[in-house]
Amino acid sequence: MTRRRRAPRSVLLVATVAMIFLALPLVGLLQRMPWTNLGHLLGDQAILDSLRVSLLISVIAASLVLVLGTPLAWVLGRVRLPLRRLVRSLVLLPMVLPPVVGGTALLFALGRRGLIGQWLERWFDLTLPFTMAGAVVAATFVALPFYVVTVEGALRTTRDEHEQLAATLGAGPLVVLRRVTIPRVLPAMGAGLALAWARALGEFGATITFAGNLPGRTRTLPLATFQALESDPEAALALSLVLLAVSLAVLVPTRDRWLPTR
Amino acid sequence: MNTPALSLTGQATVGDLHLQIPSSEPLVVASGELVAVVGPNGAGKSSLLRLVAGLVSLDSGSLTLCNLIVDNGSTKGFVPPERRRVGWVPQNRLLFEHLTVVGNVGFSPRANSKTTSHLLESLDLKSLANRHPTECSGGQAQRVAIARALAAEPQILLLDEPSTALDVESRHRIHDLLADRSRRPATMLVTHDPAEVADLADRVIRVTSGRVTCVDPS
Repeated sequence: MTRRRRAPRSVLLVATVAMIFLALPLVGLLQRMPWTNLGHLLGDQAILDSLRVSLLISVIAASLVLVLGTPLAWVLGRVRLPLRRLVRSLVLLPMVLPPVVGGTALLFALGRRGLIGQWLERWFDLTLPFTMAGAVVAATFVALPFYVVTVEGALRTTRDEHEQLAATLGAGPLVVLRRVTIPRVLPAMGAGLALAWARALGEFGATITFAGNLPGRTRTLPLATFQALESDPEAALALSLVLLAVSLAVLVPTRDRWLPTR
Repeated sequence: MNTPALSLTGQATVGDLHLQIPSSEPLVVASGELVAVVGPNGAGKSSLLRLVAGLVSLDSGSLTLCNLIVDNGSTKGFVPPERRRVGWVPQNRLLFEHLTVVGNVGFSPRANSKTTSHLLESLDLKSLANRHPTECSGGQAQRVAIARALAAEPQILLLDEPSTALDVESRHRIHDLLADRSRRPATMLVTHDPAEVADLADRVIRVTSGRVTCVDPS
């Protein structure tokens, strides 16, 4: 019989501390939850509005991430680009950039007097700051790298020998992409999309900077939670519970299918 | 005389390896002929098959498949793999794990349902049609790989050690298919097995340190 290796006690101890550290805030949240009043709190129109705004913005952002991120991941993973390292660093920048800085940068690029924003307004009568479309742009900006980095990794590690074989069978480049490459990286696409969607749902800093905090339009669940914390802590707790439930509802079914469980 | 299925001379570089087929001794495979490719490990046998398949290009010389120059080292004219009619069965088979056995065999845009069904039958794969490659034994997977290559109706079949570590039944099935001239295209068979060479090969070529030479028929 194979014997499992026992972890050294010191490692176990530190791992336990880390687990407690991660679980403790959650326990704190649940312990203070106004369970009896929850139905009333969650039925509040303002909470329902922010839930609707959040779901709408995060789903549109995730769709944009899929459409824009898949070709970008493919180019980064498979094409020999000049200055590829630099391009990759730029793509991944929003992951490490403080979201407020991202929001400020968006404001200077796409704001009414921004680099491109002024032309968008002049030519298409399109204003992004402090609109729901602006919130979608902010969420897409911060979420895109999470998807790209996951799918690019899968594309780089999926050996292209299968694609070569498909070519010898008479499949042209587009057929190979559709029938071989995409099915083989589909699990990574699912995992990347789940991560990107979760990031878009939780987005705060770039949204408040670029799109503001307008009820029913750009006030997402995280913004509503922050707002409620000052005036109505019980509502903030209820909102946190909604965010927690929505995140778990995505994470649990996707984990087994797309994220490594072992 | 029949048009040769393949005619190759020239040089190609694959990593550290330099493949050479001297123009004084071109590599020619007649249609319907089965040529065994022998030589030590790392000598360039698999690279030679990749060169014919169009996964590697010639630095000089030319490769002709059924009267059509598909790779010309001097003009850099090159026909990509999808427009050559070759059936490549690499050593590691490279089955598509997201597709079933029948999905693999019928993968080629050139494959039709009649040929696919006939190949599944003749390689005894019908009962496995809806399984995925991960649910097949090594021998079954090898038969799937060969059926997939043949379903694409190749003008030349490239087999890289197809019988290594196979069960007796699978080996018999594959040998029966290859021994039947009417059912197989021109074939290059990389093998280390002298019995296989004796059973199947019309002719033998040897690859030593990248140099391709014909062995006298005897």
